[in-house]
Amino acid sequence: MYRYDDFDRAFLEERVAQFRDQVARRLAGDLNEDEFKPLRLMNGLYLQLHAYMLRIAIPYGTLSSLQMRRLAEVAQRWDRGYGHFTTRQNIQLNWIRLEDAPDIIAALAEVDMHGIQTSGNCIRNVTADQYAGVAADEIEDPRIWAEILRQWSTNHPEFSFLPRKFKIAVTGAELDRAAIRVHDIGLRMCRAPDGSTGFEVVVGGGLGRTPLIGKTIRDFLPKDDLLGYLEAVMRVYNALGRRDNLYKARVKILVHDIGAERMAAMVDEEFQAIQAEGGVALDPVLVARIQDHFAPPAYAPAPEGPPEVLALERADPAFARWRATNTAAHREPGYVIVNLSLKPHGRPPGDATSGEMRAVADMADRWSLGEIRVAHEQNLVLPHVRQADLPDLWRAAAAIGFATPNIGHLTDIIACPGMDYCALATARSIPIAERLADRFKNLDRLHDIGPFRINISGCINACGHHHVGHVGLLGVDKNGEEFYQITLGGSAEEDTAIGRIVGPAVSSADVVDAIERLVETYVDIREAGETFLETCRRVGNAPFKESIYAAA
Amino acid sequence: MPLLRQGRAVADIWTHVEGEGELPTDDVAVTVDAARWSADRDRLIARSGPLGVRLANNDPVDLLAEDLGQLALIVLHFPKFSDGRAYSQARRLRRLGFAGELRATGNVLQDQLLLMTRVGFDGFVMAAPDAERRYEAALAAYDHFYQPRRIVAA
Ligand code: HEM
Ligand code: SF4
Repeated sequence: MYRYDDFDRAFLEERVAQFRDQVARRLAGDLNEDEFKPLRLMNGLYLQLHAYMLRIAIPYGTLSSLQMRRLAEVAQRWDRGYGHFTTRQNIQLNWIRLEDAPDIIAALAEVDMHGIQTSGNCIRNVTADQYAGVAADEIEDPRIWAEILRQWSTNHPEFSFLPRKFKIAVTGAELDRAAIRVHDIGLRMCRAPDGSTGFEVVVGGGLGRTPLIGKTIRDFLPKDDLLGYLEAVMRVYNALGRRDNLYKARVKILVHDIGAERMAAMVDEEFQAIQAEGGVALDPVLVARIQDHFAPPAYAPAPEGPPEVLALERADPAFARWRATNTAAHREPGYVIVNLSLKPHGRPPGDATSGEMRAVADMADRWSLGEIRVAHEQNLVLPHVRQADLPDLWRAAAAIGFATPNIGHLTDIIACPGMDYCALATARSIPIAERLADRFKNLDRLHDIGPFRINISGCINACGHHHVGHVGLLGVDKNGEEFYQITLGGSAEEDTAIGRIVGPAVSSADVVDAIERLVETYVDIREAGETFLETCRRVGNAPFKESIYAAA
Repeated sequence: MPLLRQGRAVADIWTHVEGEGELPTDDVAVTVDAARWSADRDRLIARSGPLGVRLANNDPVDLLAEDLGQLALIVLHFPKFSDGRAYSQARRLRRLGFAGELRATGNVLQDQLLLMTRVGFDGFVMAAPDAERRYEAALAAYDHFYQPRRIVAA
C-alpha cells in the first residue's frame, strides 16, 4: 500500500502547523466563526448537534494496522472511545473539543493521516472499491489512480472553492463496488480493443435532494490524459456550476440542465485548450513509484482449499455460512478476502470501539499482511488472508462480534448517523437499523431471504444512500413525529437505479412491521433463485405497496 | 485598503472608472469593466496611458483573449472568498499568456493568499490593515505543493 515519503510528510507537517495557527487565531478572536468555519472544514472539523465532529479520511479505503491502532488511540484519548466508519470511507469522531483538534491532527499526521478534503466545497477524499488490488475480477488496481487523484487534488489552488463539494470514485473491476454512477465523477477502469487500459468517465451522478445517475461522457480515456481531462471537467463546473442555490450547485444539475452531450463537448473543448497550453502531464517517474507501492505483496505460497478448512466447513455449519457470506474470491490462489461485519445485531452500523479497532489491527497483522480496508457499506475488510487461516480468523472475529454472516443481507444495513448526531437530521436512523437487525436476527431466515440491501438516511441529504438501497428508508418529520418514506428497487452497482417511492411515509412505530410484511410478500411471490431486487423489477411496486400499507 | 504588490503595500496608481463614467486625461492609468471594454475598446487602446480591465467572476475571460498584450492590469473579483470562480479565470489568463498584474479584490483573506498566488495573482487588495504581515505568514505556511511540481512534469 502507499507509504508517505518525505514530501508527503513535510506537506502534512505544514498543514498541521497552519491549522494550529488557525485554531489559535480563532480562540484569540482574530478570526470570527464565519471566517474560521471554512478553514476548520478544510480539515474535516464540523460543528454538530452536541459537539465538534472530526471526519478523518481513509483514502480509497486502505488502512494499515498501525493507522488503525492510532485511530483507536485518538478515539480513546480525545473522544469517547469509539468511531463511526462511513459510506465515504472516512471515520468520524463525534465528541471532539476544538482546543484538542490541533493535537489530534498532529497525532494523525504521525501515521500519515488527516482530515483534509473530507469536507468543504473541494474535491473530496477519493473513494474506491474496497477489494481493489485483490479482487479476482479486477482489470487493474484503481488505487494507483486514486492516489494520483489524491495528490493532484490536495490543496488544488484552482479547485478548493467550488460551487459545492465534489466526489470522485474509482473502480477497477467488472462489478461496481464503488457506486461510481452516484458520484460527481465516476471512473471505471476498462480495456481498449488494443489491450491498453484507461477509464470510462461518468459525470453527474449523485443522491441527495435530486438523485441522478451519472452519464458517460467519455467511453475510453487513456490513462495519461486523466488529470488534464479531469481538470477540464472541474474548470467547466467551476465556471458554470450554479452558485445561486445550494441545492442546484452540484455538477449533476449542470449535466442535467445542459445535457450529457453538451457537457462532453464543453469538457472536450477545455481539454483541447489545456493540451494546447502544454497539458497536465503526469511525471512517469512518480507514476512508476506509486505503481510500485501498489505492487501485489509477496504472497507466501498457500494451498487452495486446504483440507482442514473443508473439514471444518462440513463439521460446523456456522463456519460454512460465514465463509460463504463474508468472504470473496481473491486473485491469488490459496488466498481469500474477508469481510468483518460492522453490523453486529443491536449495534449502530459502522461503529467500532477503540478495543475493537485494536483487535482488528491485531487480526490484520496476524492474517492480512497488516492491511485493512473500509467498505462504503460501512464494513471492514481484511484483503490478504490465507484460506488456511480462516478458522482462526473466524473465531477471533466472532470474539469481538464482527463475524455476523450478514454481508449483503438484510441486516447489513447502511445507516447515516441521523438525529443521534447530525444537526441536519429530520429523524433518527440508527434505532431503525437496530430494530430491523433485531427483527431479522434469525440467521436461517436471513439467508432464506437472500441478498437484500436496506439503506437508511435521516434526511434528504442521503448520506445513508437510501435511494440506492433495494429498500430505502428516508426519515422525515411530520409535526414532530418521525416517519419513514420507503423507496423500492434501488441499486448502487453496475445496474445502478434510483428507488421509487411506494406511498405515504410510515410511522416509526409501524416501519419495522411494514418491512417485515414486504419481505414476507417477496418470499411468497419470488420465483426460484430470484433475489428481492429481481422480483421487484419483475413485478413492480404494487404487491409490496399493498403489504406495506396492509392494516397491521 | 492596502494594495499589495510582491508582498509590499503600495499606492494604487490606477483610476477605476465606473460604468460609463468620464475618462481622465490620456496619460492616466485606468481600469474599466468588461462592458465598457467591449463598447469602447478602440478608443481606450488609442490612449497613451496604461489600461486595465475589471472582470466580474462570471465574465468569460475569452472576452480579453485577443487583447492581453494591450492590458497592464486585470482585476478579478471575489464577492465572497468561498466563490472560487476567479481562481479559474486567473489560471486561464496566465495560461493564455497574460503577463501584466493580476489583482484580486473583494473578500481577500489571509488563508486564500497562497492559493491565489499559485494560480497567478500578484496583486491583492485586502481589508486587513496588517496585510503585509498576513501575506508573509500565508506564503510561509507551505513549501510543499502537489501541483505542479510534484505529480505533473514541469
Ligand atoms: C454527521 C454529519 C454530516 C453532515 C452534516 C452531512 C451533510 C451532508 C449534506 C448536506 C449532504 C448533501 C449534499 C448535496 O446533496 O449536495 C450530504 C450528502 C452525503 N453525505 Fe453526508 N453528512 C454527514 C454525515 C455523513 C456520514 C456519516 C456519511 C456516511 C455514512 C455521509 C455521506 C454522505 C453521502 C454518501 C452523501 C450523498 C452525496 C451525494 O451523492 O449527493 N455523510 N451530507
Ligand atoms: S442524511 Fe441527513 S441526517 Fe443523515 S447524516 Fe446526512 S445530513 Fe445527517
